[in-house]
Amino acid sequence: MWYFVSPQIVFGAGALDALDELSGRRALIITDETLVELGLVDRVKAHLTQAGIESHIFAAVEPDPSVDTVRRGVQAAQDVAPDWIVGLGGGSPMDAAKAIWVLYERPDLEPAAINPFIPLNLRQKARLITIPTTSGTGAEVTWAIVLTDTDEQRKMGLGNRENVADIAIIDPEMAAGMPPRLTADTGLDALTHAVEGHTCAWHTDITDGLCVSAARLILSYLPRAVADGSDMEARERLHNAATCAGLGFGNAMASMAHAMGHVLGAVFHVHHGRAVALFLPYTIEFAAREAPQRFAELANLLGCSTAAGEEGARALATCLRDLYRQIGNPTSVAEEGVAREAYEAQVDKLVDDAFNDTQMITAARAPSFDELRQLFLYAYEGRPVDF
Amino acid sequence: MAIRFPSDEWIKELSRQLNASESYERSAKDWEGDFVFIVEPDASYPDTAYLFLGLYHGKSPDAMMIANKDEREAAFVIAAPFSTWRQVIEGKLDPIQGMMTKQLKLSGDMMKVMRYPKAAKEIVSCCALVPTDFGD
Repeated sequence: MWYFVSPQIVFGAGALDALDELSGRRALIITDETLVELGLVDRVKAHLTQAGIESHIFAAVEPDPSVDTVRRGVQAAQDVAPDWIVGLGGGSPMDAAKAIWVLYERPDLEPAAINPFIPLNLRQKARLITIPTTSGTGAEVTWAIVLTDTDEQRKMGLGNRENVADIAIIDPEMAAGMPPRLTADTGLDALTHAVEGHTCAWHTDITDGLCVSAARLILSYLPRAVADGSDMEARERLHNAATCAGLGFGNAMASMAHAMGHVLGAVFHVHHGRAVALFLPYTIEFAAREAPQRFAELANLLGCSTAAGEEGARALATCLRDLYRQIGNPTSVAEEGVAREAYEAQVDKLVDDAFNDTQMITAARAPSFDELRQLFLYAYEGRPVDF
Repeated sequence: MAIRFPSDEWIKELSRQLNASESYERSAKDWEGDFVFIVEPDASYPDTAYLFLGLYHGKSPDAMMIANKDEREAAFVIAAPFSTWRQVIEGKLDPIQGMMTKQLKLSGDMMKVMRYPKAAKEIVSCCALVPTDFGD
């Protein structure tokens, strides 16, 4: 038995117009300062005004939002008493919006207590809308919330099926201004969701098709969107792909590349999408020896290879590295610019924290401590995995 | 020879396997919190059984079958029907997925359990090392 949850999804050019039809009195928009400066918040406000809804803004969300930021957002919500909370931005504002919404509804909870095992009884005070401005995280349709514990330099994986948004608005115009580097990093985040959602131990018949569809779209359209940000066909297909990937992995699970990427991001502040994508080919090669089937199948479906077994799985890793090079992304931790001495000094922490990341439990081939340590070291050097 | 599940011998053998596992020891090096596993009756097993498993800093200092769940104090109690436990022991049901779908009902600090997924996996791996007789 398992579940599939999803918001109502409004997508395509002009999707933001759906805001005009909302009923309500007050909205709190959770976002960041950059999006205020870019005028994207004003666009959302204009639509809310059209619907007769008064807008308030909490624009203090930082990348990798902290628990303290969420607490301040909850205070803002309590002051405004909104009946809509709008998460506007990339993964950080949308995750912060989910957490702020939950704690606004449930002030008796600590942030760390937002877990999948308890009833939250949300939607007593407000409902949630998510509007992504990047094409990557899938946070607009997932119930996962990632917050950062700044004291422990550790990301906290939180969330409950109830805290999935009510409405997700997937309007490609909102992502049109992304610079090439952000387009590449977020697009690879979505690709990693698609690949891990399809190959992890918790994949399902319901999510497999979404993951394959997303991966196909990203391989086709990401290079175009990175090369020419004004290519709106590529932008729209990529925006849709990120949401498909979010539905896919969000209702299955991510896996080992996410566990490794999370700890690299937490310790060395590497962009989330770049970090998880960087490790993905290494985790595929590691799985290829003992559990290649799902990876080879995906390689076949994506046109990377017609080979079965380990050869097919390794072809998928090669296909991914070729894409990274094409769009200018690193294929090793060294290429990312992390200093060897600092990395090696932290490698035991990276291993321990990765093992304590919930994404690790769905690995197609479960590593030992020594194997995971080796994987981190191979990924630093850029050495294809041979164990 | 296979050991009957649930029984005092079975939980003691699981404890022995955990104490022999370097991987469990490392993954649970900071863990503090004993468990009581409640095996509930279903079509395959007519009784209720209570298994206590002591866990402390990567070792299992104590394990026994007990008469009721209050006989030994435990930070965590997991309850499920016999057939669900069988699925977990045979590796057919991931215990985290089982808890998320309420097939396994956990009482205790669930977020603490979620912070030790590797240890949870190692316990299941050790279960698989116990030659188990399910009374078929």
